[in-house]
Amino acid sequence: MTDVEFPVSVEALRRIREDPHRLGHRGHPVREVVAGAGHGLTGPASKRIIVGYGFWIFLLSDFVMFACFFATYAVLQGQTAGGPTARDVVDPTRVAVETTALLLSSFTCGLSFAATNARNKLWTQVFLGLTGLLGLIFVLLELQEFIELAQRGATPQRSAFLTAFFSLVGCHGLHVTLGGVWLATMMAQLQVKGFRREIMHRLVCFNLFWHALDIIWVALFSVVYLMGSLT
Amino acid sequence: MRTPHRHRRAIGRRYRLAVAAPALGLAALALAGCAGGVLDPAGPVGADDAKILLDATLIMLAIVVPTILLAFWMAWRYRASNTKAQYRPEWSYSGRIEAVVWAIPILTIMFIGGLIWIGSYKLDPFKPLPAKTPPLEVQAVSLDWKWLFIYPREGVATVNQLVVPAGTPVHFSITSGSVFNAFFVHQLGSMIYAMPGMVSQLWLQADRPAILLGQSAQFSGDGFADMEFQVKSVPAADFGAWVQGVRAGGAVMDQAQYTRLARQSQNEPARTYSRVDPQLFQMIASQKLPAAPGPEPQNPRHAGREVSTGGRN
Amino acid sequence: MFGNLSWSAIPFDQPIPLITSAVLILGILGVLGLVTAKGWWPYLWREWITSVDHKRIGIMYIALGVLMLIRGFADAIMMRTQQALAIGAAHGYLPPEHYDQIFSAHGTIMIFFAAMPLVIGFMNFVTPLQLGVRDVAFPTLNSVSFWLTASGALLVNISLFVGEFARTGWLPYPPLSEATYSPGVGVDYYLWAIQISGVGTLMTGINFVTTVLKMRCPGMSYLRMPMFAWTVLAASLIIVAVFPILTACLAMLTLDRYFGFHFFTNTAGGNPMMFWNLIWAWGHPEVYILVLPAFGIFSEVFSTFSGKPLFGYRSMVAATLFICIVAMMTWLHHFFTMGSGPAVNTAFGISTSVIAVGTGVKIYNWIFTMYGGRVRLTVPMLWSLGFIFTFVIGGMTGVLLAVPPADFLVHNSMFLVAHFHNVIVGGVVFALFAGLEYWFPKAWGFRLHEGWGKAAFWFAFFGFWVTFAPLYILGLGGMTRRLQHINVEEWRPMLQLSVVGVGLIAISAVCQVTQLVVSILKRDQLRDVTGDPWDGRSLEWATPSPAPFFNYAVMPDVEGEEAYWNIKQRAMETQQMGPEPTYHPIEMPVNSSVGFFTAVFASIGGFALIWHIWWLAGLALLGAFAGFVVFAWRDVHEFEVPAEVVAQVDRARRAARDAFLARLRAAEGEPS
Repeated sequence: MTDVEFPVSVEALRRIREDPHRLGHRGHPVREVVAGAGHGLTGPASKRIIVGYGFWIFLLSDFVMFACFFATYAVLQGQTAGGPTARDVVDPTRVAVETTALLLSSFTCGLSFAATNARNKLWTQVFLGLTGLLGLIFVLLELQEFIELAQRGATPQRSAFLTAFFSLVGCHGLHVTLGGVWLATMMAQLQVKGFRREIMHRLVCFNLFWHALDIIWVALFSVVYLMGSLT
Repeated sequence: MRTPHRHRRAIGRRYRLAVAAPALGLAALALAGCAGGVLDPAGPVGADDAKILLDATLIMLAIVVPTILLAFWMAWRYRASNTKAQYRPEWSYSGRIEAVVWAIPILTIMFIGGLIWIGSYKLDPFKPLPAKTPPLEVQAVSLDWKWLFIYPREGVATVNQLVVPAGTPVHFSITSGSVFNAFFVHQLGSMIYAMPGMVSQLWLQADRPAILLGQSAQFSGDGFADMEFQVKSVPAADFGAWVQGVRAGGAVMDQAQYTRLARQSQNEPARTYSRVDPQLFQMIASQKLPAAPGPEPQNPRHAGREVSTGGRN
Repeated sequence: MFGNLSWSAIPFDQPIPLITSAVLILGILGVLGLVTAKGWWPYLWREWITSVDHKRIGIMYIALGVLMLIRGFADAIMMRTQQALAIGAAHGYLPPEHYDQIFSAHGTIMIFFAAMPLVIGFMNFVTPLQLGVRDVAFPTLNSVSFWLTASGALLVNISLFVGEFARTGWLPYPPLSEATYSPGVGVDYYLWAIQISGVGTLMTGINFVTTVLKMRCPGMSYLRMPMFAWTVLAASLIIVAVFPILTACLAMLTLDRYFGFHFFTNTAGGNPMMFWNLIWAWGHPEVYILVLPAFGIFSEVFSTFSGKPLFGYRSMVAATLFICIVAMMTWLHHFFTMGSGPAVNTAFGISTSVIAVGTGVKIYNWIFTMYGGRVRLTVPMLWSLGFIFTFVIGGMTGVLLAVPPADFLVHNSMFLVAHFHNVIVGGVVFALFAGLEYWFPKAWGFRLHEGWGKAAFWFAFFGFWVTFAPLYILGLGGMTRRLQHINVEEWRPMLQLSVVGVGLIAISAVCQVTQLVVSILKRDQLRDVTGDPWDGRSLEWATPSPAPFFNYAVMPDVEGEEAYWNIKQRAMETQQMGPEPTYHPIEMPVNSSVGFFTAVFASIGGFALIWHIWWLAGLALLGAFAGFVVFAWRDVHEFEVPAEVVAQVDRARRAARDAFLARLRAAEGEPS
């Protein structure tokens, strides 16, 4: 398997400009062959592409799992069993701070990846650390929210709506927590091993993961908190 | 090397047998399944359901039988030892054959699709049957592991026994006091799920006096095999007499009796109740009366072996 | 200290599971003892347990699948005999709480731990060989997938002698599966076994989507892939799309059971219908995950043993992708009787029937593959013809069930049971046996004995029909499924006839085992010398048998469809091999024990969670994490195979083929 140097994306951009619809120009001679892109005629893709591709597929599958929790939330959101409704459990201020923290963490994550591209270990670690810190703030705020709700009697055992609420929000929070654990491990690995090939691959995957969580949060925030505060 | 003539005949016979035996089996299937089964309905809903089943089968057989015969013929004719058949090793595409190959299933499915559409609307379980006489109302509750039938207008109830007048449509309102079951009298026709907290509706009618088998068609636990109930369709005139007879009995189906009945038990004998609380079904269906408790290991009739209490709420 | 675990968990009072467990444990100890005594552990550890070679992993999947197929078949024997005996006043030998576990275990094991591993095993073994590459996209992840599946299988089998298994059926519908109505550990065993193995399967799906889409040898564009590779892609896409649904749904049930949540409970607003929708949104595509690669196997077998290319290749690709997509739009046909109303029922009835279009196209294309061919009635071909007969009828009954009013009569009856066995046995199991015969030489270097194979087929074919045709009749007679005892005397003859069929299938199983033993004993006579025992058409037949661990010394450069056939034709015409290529060193992934240890911790953790031994579960989780970190910290990922070794292996391959061509030249142009 060939190992194409970072970043392939510049090449890809050039190709897109020349052949925007990826028609391949059958019948015309293919003017350039991008070895290692995995486009059939040129043999298997490079490890970098394969890792990224596989991780995207995993993310898509994770989106499906979240979709199930969203669907369940939609079905059960009216089943309050005489208990608290969505309006009662939504705290807009705290959610705003959580959202800011998470979106900012995505930004710092992107900055860390820019530093990674430049092979700058210090700034990579700084921005990764910031990302983790912002993620931690998010998780702690969410934990605080859950504890306060539980103290008020709004536990997931109270009604099907609360079950769905805690599970959907909790599933996302669990993903963020696991992402944080992964982040800590990555920072340790990066420190010890430097920008080796497999570390680079894992940093790509981590970045994809973190941004995906952000996308999920935007949907979650809209469906649960925004719409919930309107009921 | 050419296969000896005898051997070729023997092979041919073997493959003929391979086709003939299952075909005969299928024919036996068609004949044997008749009496007492779903193809021997005792009412209009069952008759319509069965007709659709048979129509769909005939449409499909018209395609399936030639296809299977074609497959076997093709394998036989082009077997390697048959040097008479032309060997065309490069032939792997024909637009005309493709068109036919796609068209046959598409057309068949269009027929079946029509059957589906028309049949689903016509035989919607919630759809009332046309009635010359006022329909009989029956409320059915599935429990672990018996059926409770309430006749709200007549004010009586039964367990594991359903008596209906022949020729009269019966409107079933069905719910469950515990887990999912399915109300199914196969010779009267369609089944529908009995679900806790919800009321399903079903319209059935028996055209003639008969004794029929009623079952639950959704597995519901250890006593499931005993969830059979007898369905007795009686002449319309006798039905009133039966109701009178039940009213003359002693037992009463009130909330207390229901709570006792809801506890898990197997092999319940059929019995009747001369009076029934008129709100009972509503309270069960809306879950104002809580759902039945699960296994009680200390109950002497309990047969399970649970060794953990799990996350019991 | 040990949660809910106590000595009462062991079924001292139930002879059947007790004796079975004792025999099994003794057998396992015996095998382990033998391996220890012969000093085979280092070999097993190095060559199999820590292997990341897709061929080894594929073989292990198949071995797991075959073992669990036997266990599932044992359950089936018990079920059919119980139903034949427990009629009227007689109550058979299995009390309800035991019978209910058996049919639940039968379904669970057959789908998750027999059929899935067997299908995935073939996907693993064959796909990289057919694509002309050296391994899958993520070899170590592949090993983790296998071991997690094995972990799930282990947990299910432990339930035989510690505690009990679920008594709800193979899909644990709430409210029956909730803690209120199933307070024991049975459903928990199910939940954790399936969750753990489900993670493994999802990773397999990701692995193969990436492999098929991003790792093909030079020149192999999409429309030059063998049909089996297309079906692997379609099945893997379905896996990626639907296994997360299973994960989510079972997680919800787990939360209900462990923490008193209200997803599917009877109280506080829970909605059991949600479970039905979620589980079948997974469940129906699941059977297409099984059947699509089976169709792929038949495509290979039909074209190879007819001596012709597959008819209508592009049509087949279109049909496969069509089935892939529509499979995810039909799930409600599993509960037409839930009262969703005519509009919803009609929509799903039509979508279900529409899938028959894709399947019908495939059947006709296989038939026309035989047209103009030289059909060799070998064992794989027999299984394929048996499949056409069996599966087409099974598909027909499926379309009948897709008509809601007809379904209202036979839903959950023995007719349904006969239908799904008809398509799964006729479709998937027959394909697996065809594939076993077909690819066995590639794995082991010698063919399987033809005579015993034919016997196994005929007993299986007739055995299947004698077992299941009576069940169709019983379903039409009104018999519902999962009855521990039967009160209708009229049903007795068919129930007893069914047991005769089971006996025939048992004889088939004996024939299969005999075939294996005889083939091993006669392996020198059955040796596959050239690597191409069937005059194959796809790339895996270009390798020697068994294939070397790096598959291809030089990655093939594919020029047309049926990559290997073109190479072979050229060689046959010129009657000599092409020139020897230049050999370069090859980089292959190193072995890894992370898969094995992940599964060890998963098994311990799963067992601990089932019995509420929280500290042990926590430790297992920590252990798994530690294992990941240790694995992530390794410095060496690949090792280099020197060019001389590559050359040596490949020269042996070329020599064998040269010898074959020399025999051809000597036979003076007589057709092969």
